[in-house]
Amino acid sequence: MHGNPHGVRNPHGVRADASVRVGRALRLALLIALAALFLIPFYLLVRNGLASEQEITSPDWSFLPAELRWSNVTELFSDPSVPFSRSLLNSALIAVATTLGTLLLASLAGYGLARIPYRHANKVFYAILGTLMVPAAVTFVPSFVLVSTLGWVSTLRGLIVPTLFSAFACFVFRQYFLGFPRELEDAARVDGLGYWRTYWRIVVPNTRPVFAAVGTIVFIGAWNSFLWPLVIGQDQGAWTVQVALSSYTNAQVVRLHELFVAAAVSIVPLLVAFLVFQRWIVAGVERTGISE
Amino acid sequence: MTARTEATARTAATARSKVAAHTRELPARRHRALWFWVFVGPFALGLGVFTYIPLLWSVYLSFFDAHNTVTPDPARDFVGFGNYADMLADGAFTDSLLTFVVFSLFIVPTTFGLSLALALMVNRLRRAQAFFRSVFFLPAACSYVVAALIWKMSIFNGVRFGLANTLLGYVDADSVAWLSTTDPPWYWLAIVTVRLWLQAGFFMILFLAGLQRINPQLYEAAAVDGAKPGWQVFRHITFPQLRATSVAVALLLVINAFQAFDEFYNLLADSRGYPPYARPPLVYLYYTALGQGQNLGMGSAGAVILAVIIAVVTIGQARWFGLGRREA
Repeated sequence: MHGNPHGVRNPHGVRADASVRVGRALRLALLIALAALFLIPFYLLVRNGLASEQEITSPDWSFLPAELRWSNVTELFSDPSVPFSRSLLNSALIAVATTLGTLLLASLAGYGLARIPYRHANKVFYAILGTLMVPAAVTFVPSFVLVSTLGWVSTLRGLIVPTLFSAFACFVFRQYFLGFPRELEDAARVDGLGYWRTYWRIVVPNTRPVFAAVGTIVFIGAWNSFLWPLVIGQDQGAWTVQVALSSYTNAQVVRLHELFVAAAVSIVPLLVAFLVFQRWIVAGVERTGISE
Repeated sequence: MTARTEATARTAATARSKVAAHTRELPARRHRALWFWVFVGPFALGLGVFTYIPLLWSVYLSFFDAHNTVTPDPARDFVGFGNYADMLADGAFTDSLLTFVVFSLFIVPTTFGLSLALALMVNRLRRAQAFFRSVFFLPAACSYVVAALIWKMSIFNGVRFGLANTLLGYVDADSVAWLSTTDPPWYWLAIVTVRLWLQAGFFMILFLAGLQRINPQLYEAAAVDGAKPGWQVFRHITFPQLRATSVAVALLLVINAFQAFDEFYNLLADSRGYPPYARPPLVYLYYTALGQGQNLGMGSAGAVILAVIIAVVTIGQARWFGLGRREA
């Protein structure tokens, strides 16, 4: 992050300086309090996930369990009544396939729309843009109808393929490619490269940031998605990690420590991604959050 | 060679070169059209199959009595606008729209205010900016399912060992059954705080990006003009400069609220089903179309109505903000 636009030299002299310092201290105190509040849910995940059932349900609150029971993790993966590893695997497959598929399809389409002159390009573009007006959540009923007709209910196909065509990702790529300097591509043209090879050899290697930004956002969305996997993944074998967690929460008998350790395990991949790729994620939010 | 033959030769040559140019241009244009479809075709085809066909099919289904079937008999099952009439006359459906209105009245201003406040405070930090930004943004890594799970099973679980009731116990207050108390409707506290926690950091990032695009010279000019740092500067410089970001954030918040499903479902449903209160539109739709009756005709009519409402709200909101901009 860059400099501080409010940090203007104060023209009011010493008295204002003192009040500024007090204001800064108050602001910092408020931020620390809010940060602590924001971290409470993470604390609860760890506290409950590593405690015994008795400790969680004890009426006397303990800040942390007497001993951190890491065995809860192995217990979770060895419990045959809970197909948790299968659901983790499903989520990983779905998130990776959705990310790669979306990047490929949307970037190609975005490039075609931005750079290949074609009489009907505008009509195609507006047909794609029009679907942005219809939120995916409202189309889950008709999409379910289609997927069940294809016989894809409870299959990975059914969970992945219908989500691959993101008009939003296509739009982001088109806008980005429109702003990409043409000179590089013209040089490639002179060297005799066609559209296809120009795209793969010149455009893709030089626009990695937009791929990283869109990719991280798509990955997070796919990993955390719930409604579509709930509707399509009806058999246990097709549960994603979110659907599995939801059904454990709503089951008649709930083993709390197992539930919390499962929830904690489910967010580890994204927490790691957040800490490692934060730059790209922030760029992705900035790029995809506001469509301008 | 006579002058005449020379002229003929010349015209023939130009004609030939014209033809050549024409034949060269035609394949070039066809060539471009072909390449356009190589790039755009797979995406456009998928969007057609998985977005346009379901939408049209859904509009078609909405005119039929379609229980457990997606191919109703065109003659026997046609009901005209019957599903629409039933839907609008159904108290549960209109209640779901009311739930959405109440929900957005809570969540839109609180998220907007909190994320803007966080952005303003984080932006003015001299050090540890990255730390605070990460802490507030981190909840965005959690799914609604995980967050709802923490809220339902630990913070607002309604029994003595829940965090909220433990805190109430410290001040000798009685435990509250947060999620099943409808009078007063305490469940809203859980529903609103889940979403606030999950999305405040996300929108803070958008506001931070907006703040950093503001030209620092504006602040210098304001200081020269004697504007007091704080409220005056915020009101006359910062907030007007954030206009585009604010409009986008407000639009996104309303659209997101309209699509709320995950936290309602995971907080309130249990092994016995969903309680009769706090059903937002998508929860209603889910149980109508995919519940026991599998009433896909009604469900489709509901989806069409919701799509129209979303479109109207979005366009209306954009217009409203757009009009304000022209006046300014």
